[in-house]
Amino acid sequence: MDTILVIVEQREGKLNRVSWETIAAGQAIAAQTGWTLEAAVVGSGVAAIASEVAAKKLAKVYDVESLRLEPYTPDAFAYALQEFLGKHPAKLVLMPHTYQVRDFVPKLATALQTTAISDAIGYRYECGKLVFTRQMFQGKFVADVSFAGSGPCFVTFQNGSFRADKVEAGATPAPVETVNVEVPDNIVRNQPQAVFKEAKQAVDLTQAEIIVSVGRGIKEQKNIELAKQLADALGGELAASRPICDNGWLPMDRQIGSSGQTVAPKLYLALGISGAIQHIVGMKGSRSIVAINKDSEAPIFEIADYAVVGNLFDIVPPLIEEVKKAKG
Amino acid sequence: MKILVCMKQVPQKDAPLKLNEAGTWIREDVSYEVNEPDAFALEEALRQKEKHTGEVVVVTAGPARALQVLREALAKGADRAIHLEDDAFVGLDAYNTARAIAAAIEDEKFDLIFTGLQSDDYGYAQTGVILAQILGLPHATIIMQIEKTGGGIRVKRELEAGFFQFVDMPLPAVLTIQSGINKLRYATLIGIKQAKTKPLRKVTLAEVQSSMGANLQKIEKLYVPQKTKNTEFLEGPPAEVAKKLLDKLKNELRVI
Repeated sequence: MDTILVIVEQREGKLNRVSWETIAAGQAIAAQTGWTLEAAVVGSGVAAIASEVAAKKLAKVYDVESLRLEPYTPDAFAYALQEFLGKHPAKLVLMPHTYQVRDFVPKLATALQTTAISDAIGYRYECGKLVFTRQMFQGKFVADVSFAGSGPCFVTFQNGSFRADKVEAGATPAPVETVNVEVPDNIVRNQPQAVFKEAKQAVDLTQAEIIVSVGRGIKEQKNIELAKQLADALGGELAASRPICDNGWLPMDRQIGSSGQTVAPKLYLALGISGAIQHIVGMKGSRSIVAINKDSEAPIFEIADYAVVGNLFDIVPPLIEEVKKAKG
Repeated sequence: MKILVCMKQVPQKDAPLKLNEAGTWIREDVSYEVNEPDAFALEEALRQKEKHTGEVVVVTAGPARALQVLREALAKGADRAIHLEDDAFVGLDAYNTARAIAAAIEDEKFDLIFTGLQSDDYGYAQTGVILAQILGLPHATIIMQIEKTGGGIRVKRELEAGFFQFVDMPLPAVLTIQSGINKLRYATLIGIKQAKTKPLRKVTLAEVQSSMGANLQKIEKLYVPQKTKNTEFLEGPPAEVAKKLLDKLKNELRVI
């Protein structure tokens, strides 16, 4: 029987909760294909995580152990998983599209002379064939992608593509098998130091109910003031997409997206933000999204509740006045 | 330090894109520009060379139009360029692109190889790491800082949600560079002039094809995403749109 393997992500001994989404994806694919679903936790001393995962509806959970897997390095992870997959072949290997996965999966897939379909947002199973959907051209298009190799096929799923709360619990805990992998001395070339945060985050945007966010469309640093006036009028926080913070126009702690904060406010008002994938993953959970952009094809409109195609410099000033009037 | 920078030409950020008739790719009659993270990778290579001396070589795989990316890189200060020139390079998966580049540079020894962390067209975020594996080199991804140390380099890796990590690694190595690692420079007039006389090596598909294979992933269909939301477009002159928007904020979304 064909096997689907979900590789659960842990960092420094803590389960990364996005892994539940990947297990939900695996359960959905297993239900449709009839394939066996298994999971693996990879690390050093991660048996507790394996037991936690084993409570879900899975045929088996592997606890893949080596002292060299802590701290994380791409060399050790790729080596250990290559060894593991050699002994426990899988047809499909699923993972969350995290920065850690991005760091080792292309290496692992290449070592196995196969490929990884990265940053997928969904799948379809039609006529016995699996296709995965992934965004292209910064989200302007979606592609159906099929796997043309002899396997295993690696697929990484974008954060938020499946719902963690859809994970089915098992009737009884899945059996956990510990697999000790020998990772030789000379395999690991990188020496990682401790993970740290740059500076104390001054603003916690996750608590804001209203966020006014600016992107490249704001054009110049001095125009940020206009967005700030709107945020102030609405009683909200000011945020930005990555290029704005890269330019130093707003501090890094106001950045929304995969490398910044993930927010879900009542209102997310996007000014001149095209909606690149890396930004969308940080705000698509917002209760409502209003987008103003001059490009009618901007991907941000795909997820907006209310959209205005037009020049933000024409629309924002009268909007500020209207908001002030309404608030008295 | 001898540094290779892998660069890619992609459609301009706000270029309106249209699908081809088969619905498998975009119509290529659009404006192109350098993939943004690759521009930061080039800038970082130039800065490292200025600090430690050496050579900066730029490489791209793409049709004749992709030469523009190399010209701009030479004008900014790269020393020479390699162009894997063929229309077929556009349709490669990341594994094949990396194999083609590896074959084109097999006679060279670089201390560092940079790529941008991902491309704005395919968005695989894989070519650099695959290249490292093919060449047997260590790698680190999403890099925000590079310092030379006694035995190699110390790099700053960006992690999610505002976290970072320093990693010590030996040379040679492959790094994927994050946008914003530095401030981009402009090409000078002298630079643009000098670029015309700098060495440019063309590599044909035939020269590297034996190192490549069939694509392992295939785009069956490319299409405009299905809307999951019922978006309401507000239209009219600015003052009217502002009024409509206020009505939505107040009466529908109830945030005022």
